[in-house]
Amino acid sequence: MDAILLQILNGLDKGGAYALIALGLTLVFGTLGVVNFAHGALFMMGAFCAVGFNKLLTLQSVTIDPSQTTPWGSPMEVRQPYVEAWLGESGKFLVDYSVPAAILLAIPVMLLFGIAMERGIIRHFYKRPHSEQILVTFGLAIVIQEIIKHYFGANPIPQPAPAAFRGTAAVGELIGLGNGLPYPWWRLIYLFFSLSIIGAVFAFLRFTTYGMVVRAGMRDRETVGLLGINIERRFTVVFGLASVVAGVAGVMYTPILPPDYHIGMEFLVLSFVVVVVGGMGSLGGAVLAGFLLGILQSFASMNEVKAIIPGIDQIIIYLVAVVVLLTLPRGLMGRAGVMEE
Amino acid sequence: MSDRNIVLHVADVSKRFGGLKALTDVDLSVAEGTVHAIIGPNGAGKSTLLNVCIGRIRPDQGHVVFAGTTLDQQKPHEINQLGVSRVFQTPEIFPDLTLLDNVMIPAFAKRDGAYRFHALQSVESESEIRDSAEFHLGDVGLLERRHQLAGSLSRGDKRRLELAMCLIQKPKLLLLDEPTAGMSRHDTNMTIELLKRIKARGMTKVIIEHDMHVVFSLADRVSVLAQGRIIADGLPDEVRGNPKVKEAYLGEAHA
Amino acid sequence: MAFNLSKQDWLLFLGFALVVLTLPISLQPLGAAYPALMQKFCIFGIFALGFNILFGLTGYLSFGHAAFIGIGSYAAVWMFKLLTMNALPAILFSMVVAGLVAMVIGYVALRRSGIYFSILTLAFAQMFYNLAYSVLTPLTNGETGLQLTLGDPRVLDRMAGAATGGLPRVELFGIGLSGGGYAGFYFCAIVLILCFFFAIKIFRSPFGLMLRALKSNQNRMRYTGFNNRPYLLAAFVISGVYAGLAGSLMAVTDPLAGAERMQWTASGEVVLMTILGGAGTLVGPILGAAVIKYFENIFSAFNEQTLHRIFDFLPDSIENPLVSGLSLFVGEGWHLTLGVIFVLIVIFLPGGIMEGFRRISGLFKRGGGGGKPAVAAHAQPAE
Ligand SMILES: Nc1ncnc2c1ncn2[C@@H]1O[C@H](COP(=O)(O)OP(=O)(O)O)[C@@H](O)[C@H]1O
Ligand SMILES: [Mg+2]
Repeated sequence: MDAILLQILNGLDKGGAYALIALGLTLVFGTLGVVNFAHGALFMMGAFCAVGFNKLLTLQSVTIDPSQTTPWGSPMEVRQPYVEAWLGESGKFLVDYSVPAAILLAIPVMLLFGIAMERGIIRHFYKRPHSEQILVTFGLAIVIQEIIKHYFGANPIPQPAPAAFRGTAAVGELIGLGNGLPYPWWRLIYLFFSLSIIGAVFAFLRFTTYGMVVRAGMRDRETVGLLGINIERRFTVVFGLASVVAGVAGVMYTPILPPDYHIGMEFLVLSFVVVVVGGMGSLGGAVLAGFLLGILQSFASMNEVKAIIPGIDQIIIYLVAVVVLLTLPRGLMGRAGVMEE
Repeated sequence: MSDRNIVLHVADVSKRFGGLKALTDVDLSVAEGTVHAIIGPNGAGKSTLLNVCIGRIRPDQGHVVFAGTTLDQQKPHEINQLGVSRVFQTPEIFPDLTLLDNVMIPAFAKRDGAYRFHALQSVESESEIRDSAEFHLGDVGLLERRHQLAGSLSRGDKRRLELAMCLIQKPKLLLLDEPTAGMSRHDTNMTIELLKRIKARGMTKVIIEHDMHVVFSLADRVSVLAQGRIIADGLPDEVRGNPKVKEAYLGEAHA
Repeated sequence: MAFNLSKQDWLLFLGFALVVLTLPISLQPLGAAYPALMQKFCIFGIFALGFNILFGLTGYLSFGHAAFIGIGSYAAVWMFKLLTMNALPAILFSMVVAGLVAMVIGYVALRRSGIYFSILTLAFAQMFYNLAYSVLTPLTNGETGLQLTLGDPRVLDRMAGAATGGLPRVELFGIGLSGGGYAGFYFCAIVLILCFFFAIKIFRSPFGLMLRALKSNQNRMRYTGFNNRPYLLAAFVISGVYAGLAGSLMAVTDPLAGAERMQWTASGEVVLMTILGGAGTLVGPILGAAVIKYFENIFSAFNEQTLHRIFDFLPDSIENPLVSGLSLFVGEGWHLTLGVIFVLIVIFLPGGIMEGFRRISGLFKRGGGGGKPAVAAHAQPAE
């Protein structure tokens, strides 16, 4: 019982990341009608916002302190981040919390980048065939990826979670099941974070007039355009929003998985599978399938399961995608008429 | 009419789309060698009826029997191979290919069946099929334009091209969904002439048409469909005088 | 009958063969006339040629074709290890294995079209890639890659009493093919020319016409009496066999195989080659493959020092920023250049290089007064 609960928990944080990426993909596909293969790269950019922010905060001054010596007898170099020198204790606090604080950097960066991308390129592909959209965004993903690689190198760069959240939480006690269920704090935080972002996006779509127009646009773009609503500007905003969601999802994921330049593509491939399983164009389907596949994956990586079906953990998601696509052409919650002949 | 002569029998077919009853207990018999017109207001279910006949839509109830074969389990290409061709209401052609290719392709289907791996022959050496395709393009008046891409044609011309694509298959049953819609008077008359000539070749046809001029100059028998039901069925002159038919059309005019 | 071509196609074919066989001369001025590079042109040319039979003719965009490259390579190396170092059995075996796998994947993936098909092929390729590093390591030797060893059985070679001592070379009846010599290049070139011949046959056949028709309107095909699925499957399998062949040639010229060949980036690369050259045209994809491999070679050889040498004549205040800007695009950064080219091509020239040629020659023709209306010789890139 505990083992099962633990696997579910383990799947949830990864599922949260899948769900957030898939949500943005679906939003863009549903409103703009564009298949965005660069969406994973946006997630990766978010992750590197965290890395960059952390680098910035930990820029250090090096002074030589003659009063202290190294074990070899030479004067000791003292390194101190500028931020700490200037801000003292609150500087230390900021460095400790650099990952969540990087969200403040990521939001404007991702918003601007998303808007520029939509205005500059995506806009010209609304009416072109899906295969050309795939190709151009795929090229764009390579460009983003290579630029990041140039500046940050090819190796994964670990990001620490704030000290207060580094340990494990005894989830069992939290939910009143008594003993154990040790689970890293940060993953728990990521789960709540992703749920609240998902909630915020849904609330935005449901309760604001802006969101209503977007939802109407997802159903019937032409009519909404005919109503005299400036649909183009809304498209830009939707794209920017999807880009921010992907970005912050990337920021917060860095303590769980040290980012490297092709983390985006790995997540993209999986998220596309998630979108297709959930049903192209269904926001609820994307979220549901994201968590479902995350959990399935974590079950498949249990040693007991691997002993029965070797290698299953490597392919479970793709296998599920194949089965779902063959049995439910529209995925779990897809609407009729989306991406059909 | 003896039973032996019935080529197409639609037996008590019903079809719903969600809450909409598109077809209700439709019963229809088409005799061999005749032209059977189906008329009725927009949204009556005429195209849906043809969709049922070619396997695009499965009926909820009832059967379609063509030349002794029940079509319930047949796939669209199998139904075509049995000898049913259709001109669609919105032209279904190959826009990226030349007119000549457009007409040659159905001829290959007729000659070689649903699938044949002929990767080592060349299209160029298929002179018989090409000659036949040129003949049929000439029939619909598009021969000079045979090297153009089909996508560049006007709507009326696309329809004529599609007609040639069906005729080259020499089907036993030809289904025509508003074949003259979007054509000029001149082209309409040409199409009527063409259809009359084919009639002499003994091909059975079901034709959906709004143009009464076309209906009365071609049809041997007329069925009237309204709100998914057959409300009248008979010789053209009988149907013309039927008060129910007038009502159905007037009803539409009021709406 | 089977070896008939029209007069124009014979010209095309002979011209192509001539160009390929004389590459060692014509590439001299470009500095690319060495066998290791030229055989790459041929191998990737075959890959792209086959990919185009699927994508160019039917419009089905596969994002998993690199899987067949990998499968072809592994199959070939296994033949070298178990049977003989002769290249022919290895190549045939690779084609058969790739064809069989393509049949299975195609059977499943072709149940869907459009983006669903792309995702399904991608999913299959990723499965192979992941499994190559885990469960399939007995077959693939995992991260190290599959290599020849002194202890390999090589049954046929041993029966024939081949000399032992040192690792053997891949050969064709005594001629060594591996190791980057001219023999390797000419072998690949002849295979490419044969593949090209077969591609012309397909393009001009009723089968090829049906594939183009499927791309144009599947509904019409269905109601015209065709069973679409076997046509698509045949195209998929043919392109899989071409890819398997290309993979086996990689092993012939350098007898080892690794899973990185199956990564989705490799699948993306062949898409790019095909698009860059011109999807749906005969020569385009091969041209695209050669262009990309050529520039990869040039660009990745550059580094900051070479750039500094080139721009030495400029004042430092211009030279330094220029060099650091350009260095983004060369050496390790070659992929960035590739990405930029990709984006530009899709935006401005979706018909690829061949479309560019057509536009240019169109300009001249109009100048000469012989303007014809737009007719058949015109390929739409997608769907
Ligand atoms: N595939 C479908 N799904 C849902 N409704 C359909 C479908 N096809 C037709 N209908 C509906 O069925 C009714 C009959 O349509 P149709 O057969 O095209 O009429 P018509 O007599 O004008 O050809 C219409 O109200 C149409 O909207
Ligand atoms: Mg209709």
